[in-house]
Amino acid sequence: MADIYTMGIDIGSSASKCLILKNGTEIAGSAVIAAGTGTSGPRRAQEEALAAAGISMKDIRRSTATGYGRNTVEGVDAVVSELSCHAIGIHAVFPDVRTLIDIGGQDAKVIRVSENGRLDSFVMNDKCAAGTGRFLDVMARVLELDVSELEEKSAKAKNVVNISSTCTVFAESEVISQLSNNVDICDLVAGIHRSVAVRTAGLVRRLGVVEPVAMSGGVALNGGVVSALEEELGLTIKVSPLAQLNGAYGAAVHAWGQLEKETL
Amino acid sequence: MSEATEKKPAKVVLKELQDKIADDAWEAKKRGEKVGWCASNFPQEITTAMGIPVVYPENMGAAVGAKGGGQRMCEYAEGMGYSGDLCSYSRINFAYADLKKCEELEIPFPDFLLCCNNICNCMIKWYENLALELDIPLILIDIPHLDQYECDEDRIKYIRAQFDDAIRQLEEITGKKMDYDKLKSVMEVSQRSSQAWLRAVGYMSAKPSPFSGFDIFNNMAVACVGRGTVEAAEAFEQLADEYEALVAEGKSTFKGDENYRILFEGIACWANLRFTYKTLQSRGINLTASVYGPAFSFLYSNLDELMAAYSYVPNSNCFERELELRVVDAKKNKVDGAIFHMNRSCKHWSGNLYEMERQFREQTGVPTIVFDGDQSDPRAFSEAQYETRVEALVEIMEENKRKEAQA
Repeated sequence: MADIYTMGIDIGSSASKCLILKNGTEIAGSAVIAAGTGTSGPRRAQEEALAAAGISMKDIRRSTATGYGRNTVEGVDAVVSELSCHAIGIHAVFPDVRTLIDIGGQDAKVIRVSENGRLDSFVMNDKCAAGTGRFLDVMARVLELDVSELEEKSAKAKNVVNISSTCTVFAESEVISQLSNNVDICDLVAGIHRSVAVRTAGLVRRLGVVEPVAMSGGVALNGGVVSALEEELGLTIKVSPLAQLNGAYGAAVHAWGQLEKETL
Repeated sequence: MSEATEKKPAKVVLKELQDKIADDAWEAKKRGEKVGWCASNFPQEITTAMGIPVVYPENMGAAVGAKGGGQRMCEYAEGMGYSGDLCSYSRINFAYADLKKCEELEIPFPDFLLCCNNICNCMIKWYENLALELDIPLILIDIPHLDQYECDEDRIKYIRAQFDDAIRQLEEITGKKMDYDKLKSVMEVSQRSSQAWLRAVGYMSAKPSPFSGFDIFNNMAVACVGRGTVEAAEAFEQLADEYEALVAEGKSTFKGDENYRILFEGIACWANLRFTYKTLQSRGINLTASVYGPAFSFLYSNLDELMAAYSYVPNSNCFERELELRVVDAKKNKVDGAIFHMNRSCKHWSGNLYEMERQFREQTGVPTIVFDGDQSDPRAFSEAQYETRVEALVEIMEENKRKEAQA
């Protein structure tokens, strides 16, 4: 029997993600492009994922779009909220997980996943960008670091600095002020991570902590934030190996589910 | 049908009545009568019985927001030095008090102010500021926030003393005398209006609800400003009769199928009313529970009970009573989910909203979402964020219905 491919496309505010699933289980190709909705990112993500899978668009039997820019993707078969796709995605990776923390470019979500892998309930950050990926981007820029370097720096911290401002702009000023006082950059990065962790932990507690807990989204790639969150919540967090691709993965699984429903 | 027998729909009657109340205030002002600016939950029985025209800055703030002038007026007030964290109704009002014009809606300028803090304690500062700026008298009825479930005797005495003193001050300011027989009849009429309004919104428990729940946001205006008049009582009775007839026929004014029923918590986003409504309506979501249903009904049978009734205004109640109001309403009206508006204007409402949402979710078992917004300042609202949350809510409600059907 010929292989069946489904595609999940997650168009975020700062990145476009695409994942192609073969026969409902195997990841045939994926791509993460650091350009979100309204850019060439969505198209490039699809093209790169298709190239990685060695197939073309006509081979895709079913596709689901999700994310902030989900309604702008042309030619997809379904549009589903990222909340549901993240729940589906993490359930496919860690079926026992009941709480998912996903921190993306402009929002932070905490999702309760039901036993059958559906979205049960959720809370999201309010209009403030504190505690999101954008917050870390801004801080990294001030520190003249790439976000990928933050984890390594925070691991070397000796005296974690307290960043008291939750507002991104105020926190930026606070970090600049600490820098001018010659505070160790590693201590500062650890303080920034703790600031994100404290704010995210508040969201988790609002929804209620039900273990096991997992984390996805671009910020999950930063082990410094994950550790700070584990410490803040007093539990172990499973990190999705798909990180940023969790939503796209959930979308591809959703597309597969739709196909199965049809053929049943 | 002849013109004599043709009856206007209640919503038209209510809108005309709302316009007439506003026109009457303008006419009174032109005649040289004293006109007041009045807080929405000041005991209207006093001014109605004394024949004193008043207008409502809160209603103006909502209307200006709905007509697209909220941001401009708020920005003007901020330019005057007022903080953007203040209530947008107050900022619109401060801007209007200074500009003395507003292209969306104008209300006659006041000779006195009537403030009652049962709806909002910050409002005292708003009205004190107006009194200073406009150099006019301020009459305040201070209703203590209930830190217990029931309004007790001491509170009733405290409010009653202020009620009597407000009448005395108004007699001095306007030269009009209180007729206590008239007060009694206004109280009776107000009961008719309140009962009819409760009956009307009570039909939301029917499946399908006979009307689009967002209509409450329009019809409540008269419940707020004119419930002491016979015309309002008759209009609300007509509205309730119309809904009753729709229920009997299984019909609704809601456009499309009522796939989901929700509780909407908080003041509407007036500046984004169309978007917030269409996002729900296009997905078959009807609003079938809102605190505005029971909120503008003041039930009492004598003056002491009237005092207690004004302390049971939402926002003046203890948290437990507030929560119960919503939980009972949600269960009675069979909601599938709830939408909580984190209204950045309202410190009281947003202050306890997360806890309200959490306990509501636990007690009702229905899914909830929270979105950021503002009653009249569109800058606090994001269409994409609202839509994402609503879509996710629909997905949860859909799954819940599927599970229910399987069971």
